[in-house]
Amino acid sequence: MSAPVEIRYNGGGTIAPPPEETFVLNLGPQHPAAHGVLRILMRMDGEYIASSDIVIGYIHRMHEKMGENRIYAKFLPNTSRIDYLAAMHYTHAYVGAVERAAKIEVPLRAEYIRVIADELQRIASHLVGWGAWIMDLGGLTPILYAFEDRERILDLFEHICGARLTYCYYRFGGVCNDVDDEFLRGARDFVPYMRGRLKMYRDLVTDNIILRKRLEGIGIMDAEMCRRYGVTGPVLRGAGVAYDVRRAEPYSLYPKFQFDIPHFPQGDSMARYLVRMEEMEQSLRIIEQALDQIPAGPVMGKIPRVLKLPAGDYTYAVEAGRGRFMVRIVSDGKDTPWRLKLRTPCFGNLAPFEEASKGMILPDALALLGSLDLVIPDIDR
Amino acid sequence: MSAVAAAKEVLLGFKSLLVGMRITLGQFFSPKITVQYPRETLKMPERFRGHIRLVLDPETGASRCTACKLCERACPSECISVDGVKLEGAKTKSVTEYHLNFTTCSLCGLCVEACPFDAIEFSKTYNAIGVSRSEFDNMDMVRQLAGRREVWLQNHPLPPAAPAMPAATAAPAKSAAPTLPPTPETKTP
Amino acid sequence: MIEYFISGPGSAYTRLVIYLVAFMAFVGLNAAYLVLAERKGAGWFQRRPGPNEAGPAGILQPIADGIKLIAKQVFVPPGVDGILFRLAPALVLMPAFMCLATIPYAETIYGRNINVGLLMVFSFGSITVFCLMLGGWASRNKYAVISAARVVSQNIAYEIPMLLVVLTVLMLTGTMDMQKIVQQQAGGFWNWNILRGVWTLHNPLVPVTFVIFFICMLAETNRAPFDMAEAESELIAGAMTEYSGFSWGLFFMGEYANIVVSCSVATVLFLGGWQSPIGILSGGAWGLIWFFLKLYLVIFTVIWVRWTFPRTQFYGLLNLSWKILIPISLGTLLLSSALIKIL
Repeated sequence: MSAPVEIRYNGGGTIAPPPEETFVLNLGPQHPAAHGVLRILMRMDGEYIASSDIVIGYIHRMHEKMGENRIYAKFLPNTSRIDYLAAMHYTHAYVGAVERAAKIEVPLRAEYIRVIADELQRIASHLVGWGAWIMDLGGLTPILYAFEDRERILDLFEHICGARLTYCYYRFGGVCNDVDDEFLRGARDFVPYMRGRLKMYRDLVTDNIILRKRLEGIGIMDAEMCRRYGVTGPVLRGAGVAYDVRRAEPYSLYPKFQFDIPHFPQGDSMARYLVRMEEMEQSLRIIEQALDQIPAGPVMGKIPRVLKLPAGDYTYAVEAGRGRFMVRIVSDGKDTPWRLKLRTPCFGNLAPFEEASKGMILPDALALLGSLDLVIPDIDR
Repeated sequence: MSAVAAAKEVLLGFKSLLVGMRITLGQFFSPKITVQYPRETLKMPERFRGHIRLVLDPETGASRCTACKLCERACPSECISVDGVKLEGAKTKSVTEYHLNFTTCSLCGLCVEACPFDAIEFSKTYNAIGVSRSEFDNMDMVRQLAGRREVWLQNHPLPPAAPAMPAATAAPAKSAAPTLPPTPETKTP
Repeated sequence: MIEYFISGPGSAYTRLVIYLVAFMAFVGLNAAYLVLAERKGAGWFQRRPGPNEAGPAGILQPIADGIKLIAKQVFVPPGVDGILFRLAPALVLMPAFMCLATIPYAETIYGRNINVGLLMVFSFGSITVFCLMLGGWASRNKYAVISAARVVSQNIAYEIPMLLVVLTVLMLTGTMDMQKIVQQQAGGFWNWNILRGVWTLHNPLVPVTFVIFFICMLAETNRAPFDMAEAESELIAGAMTEYSGFSWGLFFMGEYANIVVSCSVATVLFLGGWQSPIGILSGGAWGLIWFFLKLYLVIFTVIWVRWTFPRTQFYGLLNLSWKILIPISLGTLLLSSALIKIL
């Protein structure tokens, strides 16, 4: 505590508070900033954070253990609930891992449906992250506009699988229901509508001078810090590293689509913000291309009645809304996995917070926390 | 920074504020998207996942379920319990008890897919209410089906000597849930 | 006896009583229904209807809120400064009343026409911040004190550009008597102070001064996007944290009363007060209608600004005042004085 801490904004300077002059502020498991059950113990010198300690585990639900206790098919509902905002991605990773291990063929139409659903899910997830973050900063209106767009996406999902948040839509070998023309039309209409909305968000929020002053230069996490903590996703791309699992470890049909990987070198909260807005635009591009190319055909491949994976170690990684989500299945030949490991992105994304928030003033630290776009159940699984 | 750059930033910043205000004013005069539930309701899509229920076969007016227990085995949360008897002259068993513990059901749909006879489907009930837990942790699907069968019988009078639904077994009846009120007639917004 | 009070020398007392009751009713109704207007406005900006269950279109919502606040337990935490804690909510409405007394609502409807009316408004307006500080200080809570100190520094920082801007307008009008200021703006909306300086070339930057006045008014009344004092209570407690029930309600009413006062002053100074925009129909009750129309238009803009923008950072707020608004308002003041001297 007596080590000097640098104040990094608006003038600089150092603070070196003796321990008896600091107090502990507990950003408790319950707080109105919509992150989830996360506890941060911040040792404060007046308004500056001298150090912080993160306490997680309040929502540890033992998903990995549940996976190891059940046959492969019975874990499907859990996958939607690990990170409920990126449910399609997580189910995709699990289903992909099992298919890769058991060498199950997925029909082409099912792959296209999966890509469309994944990209719609990415847009929906970014809308929530963006809206909640702006709400933390005091702009209480954009979250409601974001939720109106999200309603359209959720209506599309409800049309194909009947659920709005926890889908359980993918199965081993494909998807459980075919999509009809109404969904394809709805998805096609959604793209220009969303483009118009993205333009509105740019005018209303991104270009807003108050927001820019709030985010530019705040919470700088450079590429080297991100590498040390295992950060992935928009947080890493906001630090200038163009790492996207869809290009680095291509899966599904992504090699067929043309899309850019938005990345900005500044590493501050504004860069992470811009990465997310650009990613929504790129997702719309992918959806358009997928809708153009989707073939007719079956949506479910052949799977054995009792699914037993051959013994071995299988992984499958996807680019979820928040970063790289990887499923690792270690199988010993039985019909339940020996080990099911879920590598979730938010755990790595939260890790640099302790170092990045040293010397920050409290509201800026909260803006930084919002820019990491955390879903706490994803950290605790 | 130089005075000109500072002045430019102030002016552009102020312009961004005005642009933002114009957008919210446009939204102010746009129609409201709230659906005033319960005075207005939304139409549920066809594949909406309410709790599962037994399918009423439109030709026989009975359930297609043969109590094969495939759904019971497919369920990840172990919330279904099925039982059935084989009546005389019937080829397969008929279901006599079908209990769903809705408090642990995760609406995953694995049971609906596992059923080889298409005997269970998702209902469209989105507004289920009850005053005690027992109305949800032991939903009696057979009794609910009997309620719908009554409605079916009004339009399809039975020919004489038609096979009746199997009566419940002699085992003491578990506390069954009353039939839920029907989902109100919806109107699209 | 009755004649003494109506047309005789006692009519001054009658007038006093009527105006007292009218002002209290005005402030009370405004505080209550501005809350509803804000919530409905927030709803409409967010594409939802706002409160619409209590009474048709939510008209009875403030009554429901009032009953709820009265029914809440007024909890006085142990160890607070007994007198100051209880005094602060009561004092916070007082400056608003005093300011309202000098504002002309129509040609003949005003409380007291003082020839330094503007000075009185600003003197009393500055007292409000003391009541907030008092409330924060009296609650034995270090976060409340920090927050109250911030409110004070915010208010001081924004008093300066506000007064500079008002000085600029005073150069146009030449008088501090509010009734005379409004009477000078007769004849149509081109004669209103906001435009008069432009075409008479006394000060072509008067619209800019109006914008600066508006921003300062938002900061003085702790409205978004400058509402750190009340919104930062999400994280650290605000100045009013230890108040519950109707005491908090009084602070809230004080805030809305301040908004009404500030918007009234803006209307009188810049938008022509009770003058009609077309030159005719300014007399009698028409003046009142025009005044309220303009007042509520300005209040709508205040609500509009709140629900559009995120909050500024505290140092951003102070930077805006000291580094941007003060130089600009000094510039317009110098320009105005130079042009008036020359032309």
